[in-house]
Amino acid sequence: MSQPATHNLPNAAPAPLGWDVRRIRGDFPILRETVQGKPLVYLDNAASSQKPRSVIDRVQRYYERENANIHRGVHLLSEKATEEYEHARSKLQHFINAKEAREIVFVRGATEAINLVAMTYGLKNFKAGDEILITNLEHHSNIVPWQMLCERTGAILKVVPINDAGELLLDEFEKLLTEKTKIVAVNHVSNGLGTINPIKWIIDKAHAKGVLVLIDGAQSVPHLKVDVQALDCDFFVFSGHKLFGPTGIGVLYAKAALLEAMPPYQGGGDMISAVTFEKTTYNVIPYKFEAGTPNIAGTIGLGAAVDYLNSICFGGAAAYEHELLEYGTGLLSEIPGLRIVGTAKEKASVLSFVMGEIHPHDIGTVLDLEGVAIRTGHHCNMPLMKRLGLPATARASMAFYNTKEELDVLARALRKVIEVFG
Amino acid sequence: MSELSELYQEVILDHNKQPRNYRKLEGANHHAEGYNPLCGDQITVYLKMDGDKIEDVSFVGSGCAISKASSSMMTGAVKGKTKAEAEAVFEKFHQMVTGKPGTPAPENIGKLAVFSGVCEFPSRVKCASLAWHTLRSAMEGRDETISTEAEEAGDDAHPRR
Ligand SMILES: Cc1ncc(COP(=O)(O)O)c(C=O)c1O
Repeated sequence: MSQPATHNLPNAAPAPLGWDVRRIRGDFPILRETVQGKPLVYLDNAASSQKPRSVIDRVQRYYERENANIHRGVHLLSEKATEEYEHARSKLQHFINAKEAREIVFVRGATEAINLVAMTYGLKNFKAGDEILITNLEHHSNIVPWQMLCERTGAILKVVPINDAGELLLDEFEKLLTEKTKIVAVNHVSNGLGTINPIKWIIDKAHAKGVLVLIDGAQSVPHLKVDVQALDCDFFVFSGHKLFGPTGIGVLYAKAALLEAMPPYQGGGDMISAVTFEKTTYNVIPYKFEAGTPNIAGTIGLGAAVDYLNSICFGGAAAYEHELLEYGTGLLSEIPGLRIVGTAKEKASVLSFVMGEIHPHDIGTVLDLEGVAIRTGHHCNMPLMKRLGLPATARASMAFYNTKEELDVLARALRKVIEVFG
Repeated sequence: MSELSELYQEVILDHNKQPRNYRKLEGANHHAEGYNPLCGDQITVYLKMDGDKIEDVSFVGSGCAISKASSSMMTGAVKGKTKAEAEAVFEKFHQMVTGKPGTPAPENIGKLAVFSGVCEFPSRVKCASLAWHTLRSAMEGRDETISTEAEEAGDDAHPRR
């Protein structure tokens, strides 16, 4: 920890040693905003998280002083931009402990990363009758690309079921994992319910049968320290905008040997080493997968987000967030008629809930007028909602800059919901 | 609380709690389903048409307070009207809920004026207009389920992730 906590917020239980949430909040300009005349209480972090000043400044500095295309110019600015872009790659490499920088492919986000894997690795290697194993907890972005692949190849989508708490049924997983299975694609943390899945166990089981594993880490990297070498996953994907970085940038991690063997995703500049009308030689990895001018500012901004996380000793966030989760779970459980949806034993700081007959959309609007931003709806989890028998839930998702006081505001606003609709 | 009570007017809360014409219509000769995938609102509108005239109308479904109240009040507003008259009411209603905040409610919109607060809440426009889109689909005798997500961008579209 860079600094032990010296001041706690009034009426708050002491934060875990060293998690100085007030100082951290000071790093996020937007947290000083008011909404509807009330202080913003931002509890929609699973949809997108806020950006620290250092990220915003870094993107601005790039445009003000460094803007140029990369990998192309001989001029100083282009060299500088290229250097910063590649520097960001090595920051991301270390952030998830990839073995090599060339295993980090920059993409638009988790969605594009999964599409890339499906349409390159999948299209090349899968055939009719092969099976793709996903789970009932997946975000649409870890469902639809596989369905599209199935349409093209005749492969079959299999789904690991869950229990009512929102936990994967692991014995069912083992049954569904067969010699037909070609890939397991599963999220690390569920966006709808917050369930933390036992991915190490899943990866080991799959590997024991020679099956590759893609981990959708969109919701895990903002909360948990990830080590892709320790996990030994084959693919790991996430989005920068949920990781306190800019929108439009994300990461596909894949083991180098896999990337080497995969055909390119899109064709264009940068992904080639030589082009003639007769034949094109593709560039080496990761450039083979980075056709066209990339999101340079976003990449550099994401690098700055990683720097920021390192500077606040991000490893301590999980304990603090767990405390928030327990506090919030307690508060919400006291609200008459409210039911928390997703009660897995291992959970990230996500509170999905329903309130009897009161529709989540109405909850969201009443909360909005109290300055409280949550997400309502199906959370890009329609098959999950169907499994739970719910059209929608309301979801409060916390980040390490949220406070217990904010959860108190949430609880008060929820009581107002009951006043209006109860 | 003022904006809150402007959106959720007493009348709306009342129709939400006790929706009118909430049943499957015996002898209906038209029906259509409407779906708002963003919030999971789902309704079916039933019509008994006599030529061009809406002799009776009802709905069933589930949804938020705005969509339920809007469905309920839609049934009241169009019963006994001709297709063209119902279309004209929808036109005005749509104008009102998608209009600039602060513009007075259109004339002759009657009780439906309670939805004028919706225009302050762009994310709720679809909730308010779902019943009307579904009615239109039922009147036109289309069999497909209409979805608010299939609308033209820029119309009621405020897609949210
Ligand atoms: C678990 C999970 N996977 C994938 C995604 C898709 O991320 P993006 O829309 O940034 O590509 C999300 C975002 O909502 C998510 O929560």
